[in-house]
Amino acid sequence: MDFLAYLINGLSLGSIYAIIALGYTMVYGIAKMLNFAHGDVIMVGGYVIFVAVSNMGLPPVLSVILAMVLCTILGITIEKIAYKPLRNAASSLAVLITAIGVSYFLQNAALLIFGSNPKTFTSVVSLQTIKLFDGRITISGETIVTIISCIIIMAGLILFINKTKAGQAMLAVSEDKGAAQLMGINVNATISLTFAIGSALAAIAGALLCSAYPQLTPYTGSMPGIKAFVAAVFGGIGSIPGAFIGGIILGIIEILSKAYISSKLSDAIVFAVLIIVLLVKPTGILGKKIQEKV
Amino acid sequence: MKKTFKKVVSLALIAVMALSTAACGSKQTNSAGSDSTATFKIGGIGPTTGSASVYGIAVQNAAELAIKEINEAGGINGYQVELNFQDDEADQEKGVNAYNTLKDWGMNLLLGSVTSGSCVAVAAKTAEDNMFQLTPSGSAVDCVANDNAFQVCFTDPNQGIAAAQYIGQNGMASKVAVIYDSSDVYSSGIYEKFAGEAANQPFEIVATESFTADNKTDFSVQLQNAKTAGAELVFLPIYYSEATLILNQAASMEYAPTFFGCDGLDGILSVENFDKSLAEGVILLTPFAADAADEKTQKFVADYEAAYGSTPNQFAADAYDAIYIMKAAIEKSGATPADGVSGICDKLKGAMTEITVDGLTGAGMTWEATGEVNKEPKAMVIKDGAYSLIQ
Amino acid sequence: MKKFNFSRATKDNLWTYGIVLIVSLITGFLLMTGNMSSLMKGLLVPICSYVILAVSLNLTVGILGELSLGHAGFMCVGAFTSAFFSKITQNIITVDALRFVIAIIIGAAFAGLMGILIGMPVLRLKGDYLAIVTLAFGEIIKNVINVLYIGIDSRGLHFSMKDTLSLGLEEDGEVIVKGAQGITGTPQDSNFFVGVILIFITLFIVLNLINSRDGRAIMAIRDNLIAAESVGINITKYKLMAFSISAALAGAAGVLYAHNLNSLMATPKNFGYNMSIMILVYVVLGGIGNIKGSVIAAVLLTILPEMLRGMNNYRMLIYAIVLIVIMLFNWSPKCLEWRDIFMEKYIRPRFNKRVSKEVE
Repeated sequence: MDFLAYLINGLSLGSIYAIIALGYTMVYGIAKMLNFAHGDVIMVGGYVIFVAVSNMGLPPVLSVILAMVLCTILGITIEKIAYKPLRNAASSLAVLITAIGVSYFLQNAALLIFGSNPKTFTSVVSLQTIKLFDGRITISGETIVTIISCIIIMAGLILFINKTKAGQAMLAVSEDKGAAQLMGINVNATISLTFAIGSALAAIAGALLCSAYPQLTPYTGSMPGIKAFVAAVFGGIGSIPGAFIGGIILGIIEILSKAYISSKLSDAIVFAVLIIVLLVKPTGILGKKIQEKV
Repeated sequence: MKKTFKKVVSLALIAVMALSTAACGSKQTNSAGSDSTATFKIGGIGPTTGSASVYGIAVQNAAELAIKEINEAGGINGYQVELNFQDDEADQEKGVNAYNTLKDWGMNLLLGSVTSGSCVAVAAKTAEDNMFQLTPSGSAVDCVANDNAFQVCFTDPNQGIAAAQYIGQNGMASKVAVIYDSSDVYSSGIYEKFAGEAANQPFEIVATESFTADNKTDFSVQLQNAKTAGAELVFLPIYYSEATLILNQAASMEYAPTFFGCDGLDGILSVENFDKSLAEGVILLTPFAADAADEKTQKFVADYEAAYGSTPNQFAADAYDAIYIMKAAIEKSGATPADGVSGICDKLKGAMTEITVDGLTGAGMTWEATGEVNKEPKAMVIKDGAYSLIQ
Repeated sequence: MKKFNFSRATKDNLWTYGIVLIVSLITGFLLMTGNMSSLMKGLLVPICSYVILAVSLNLTVGILGELSLGHAGFMCVGAFTSAFFSKITQNIITVDALRFVIAIIIGAAFAGLMGILIGMPVLRLKGDYLAIVTLAFGEIIKNVINVLYIGIDSRGLHFSMKDTLSLGLEEDGEVIVKGAQGITGTPQDSNFFVGVILIFITLFIVLNLINSRDGRAIMAIRDNLIAAESVGINITKYKLMAFSISAALAGAAGVLYAHNLNSLMATPKNFGYNMSIMILVYVVLGGIGNIKGSVIAAVLLTILPEMLRGMNNYRMLIYAIVLIVIMLFNWSPKCLEWRDIFMEKYIRPRFNKRVSKEVE
């Protein structure tokens, strides 16, 4: 019975990683950059919802939409100011470093605006907790909503990329920027659109992360961000179903290793499993094989 | 063309580097000038950015508040007091940098560091300079290893032993679980002594669970294990920000043992938007409670809220006390800024063991020559969304 | 003005050595004459260790061409092994200098060994996947050290992953490594002089490697792996060589770090991925593959946050903005173009005039 309980705990943690990883993998797949500031956009989304719900008294759904709008604007602005000028830089590492700069910037701006005191987040999910076996196993409403949103977002993204013109343009840009440009695709607009979608997803992730673990500080996004990045790599970075699977598996491994091996060493165990997976499958579970060109 | 630019830039950078060292050099000579004798210069060190900033900012604010009051009342021994608070990001190396910055500024006394790790590193430097150091919240034993350093808070071992004895003597539970932060000095320090003392007490530790700084959002496993082991009491030697999550998750899995914490839990009720009913029945051994009824605490809390817009936590209270302790020691010893760093330190070292201070965090506080404080921890229980003293 | 016929590489190296020598002489002079603030004095050793870290990471990132996000892990290994050694031999080897030299060798050796152990399986991976695996190793090292307890008594060493109680020490025993509380009371042997010597040794190793046959092989692997393989270069050997040298040097920097502070703990701040990324920032800012640039960037970015202390709460915010702006200025193709035009128009004519005057 305990095992089942752990499994469900792992599922709820994993679903949170999955929803963050979806945004990560989306941006990586198309813009080919590790957006280290993604976790901090999540944090901004969390604060927007917090202010909207607690201070302005907006209903949760409306606050989430507001957060999505603001995060989208933020994402596009960040991309325009900090990433776009470096798109054709001599090394792809340059943009990685500005992403780190943006991450510091967002954290410290939040620290100045909202202060360092942790705030308790009011859950945006009003679904009741489901109890099984006389309450020995509980599935929270947040978990159910997170998993459902993950699946909807995943399906939506796959449909969007495969069925719409803009989505096809994204696919083309991710394959070959230069060739896409020659085919008349507006590369800049496509990448901006990617960041817009990625940031809107971050806002949703922020809402669900903070609902499941109701605490908000300027540093709320950074560790889940890194974990979700690991999850995205796990599943094969760039692959949308991979991010979902990677997130869920990561959550389950983390909880099971805490439960059965050691709660002190669970980070080390999670990372060790990641290393083993990558050594066996160098591009992650669902990652595409990179063909070596001569 | 490019090379020319690089040459110009590197020459310019070398010049800047050389100048910056020289510029700092000239600053130092200024600070030794005559103006430094007019006031007591208190330096403060603590994290004002980074994930521990909640503690550092509280200390900074409360110290400012206390100094403002003292200055309005005419200062210490007729001298005005100045505060310069520097950020150490809760890091040892940055702590030493902050300390050196303050030395350049001409600090006479040091308030800090706020976190134990940085405090131990800084303590080694203050011992070299014979600088008087009073840490509001650095609770590791090594913080006061030297005779120039004193503590306002309890040391970790004291807290762990006191908690184990309290639980044992009051027969609060026979099966106890512990959840602690294994990557944190404060938390693991208390846990070790608690576990050691538990062997002598009539209860049994049935589950020892931990988490790390990188892994502190999900506590379901730790709580599940405690629940399965049948623990009636969960000991939480951790800070309140994680505790809010633990209480929340325990409630959602319908696990309701007695939660028992140390001074780190203080502040839990002031977390914005926190559902206070979750903390109902939590017991903590702490020297300070923001809701206490005495006049002193109420005035402090009201002033702090008016000035900084948030409820002070225990770190703030420690810092507020620390400034008044410095005042008492200076008045007792008759030290003046003209005595110089080492002179002030020597005078205060003696005075610290003689003074008795009634502060927010304890009445009749006295100090050992080792630097440790003697005060009674109070056991508080959270009842109807407020702290109340257990008689 | 007499012209020496040095090759470009040699000239560039001499520039690098020269800059470091001049700056350290000026600093040494200021230090001797007492004309230096306490802050600067305190910063000297950290600056030296960051310079070594930046140069050593540049070997992996710039010369080998692989992205590593676990450099702080090697620093951590070097710091803890050496601090452990110094702590237990504090009363046995009483000559500080000798003990410190051995400590440096031990720290570098262990870190290098760790580099080989990690490098062997990992260097098969490429690009971002290698980055994430190195990040993972760095985090594992930090995590394991955080739960490690080592004590010593008359019966020898005792290890535990649980707590000090389970070490089962005898009365006379002493706990050296206390889990999260780390090692306290490491002898403070680091000083600026040793730091500068270590920088020179690092520069010497790295610059010589770059300009050697081995170095050219390593750079060939970076530029085109398949072509390099086809001319018979042993890929694994050279990758491992660069990676482990880089790790060993990072270990030496860790030794310097550990012996500069009284308390050594593995926190996310000093040995976590944040630090690894910080070192990467030095490398990228200074120019990938540009050793001189790494040195300058490490010095400036260590001093910058301290210089910004006057800004109080806005300090880290401004630091972030400065970081973004410098990156854009140094790397954006548009900015580079604009910079060149600017140089051509204003600076270069004057610069040339002055140079020609001097020649006359």
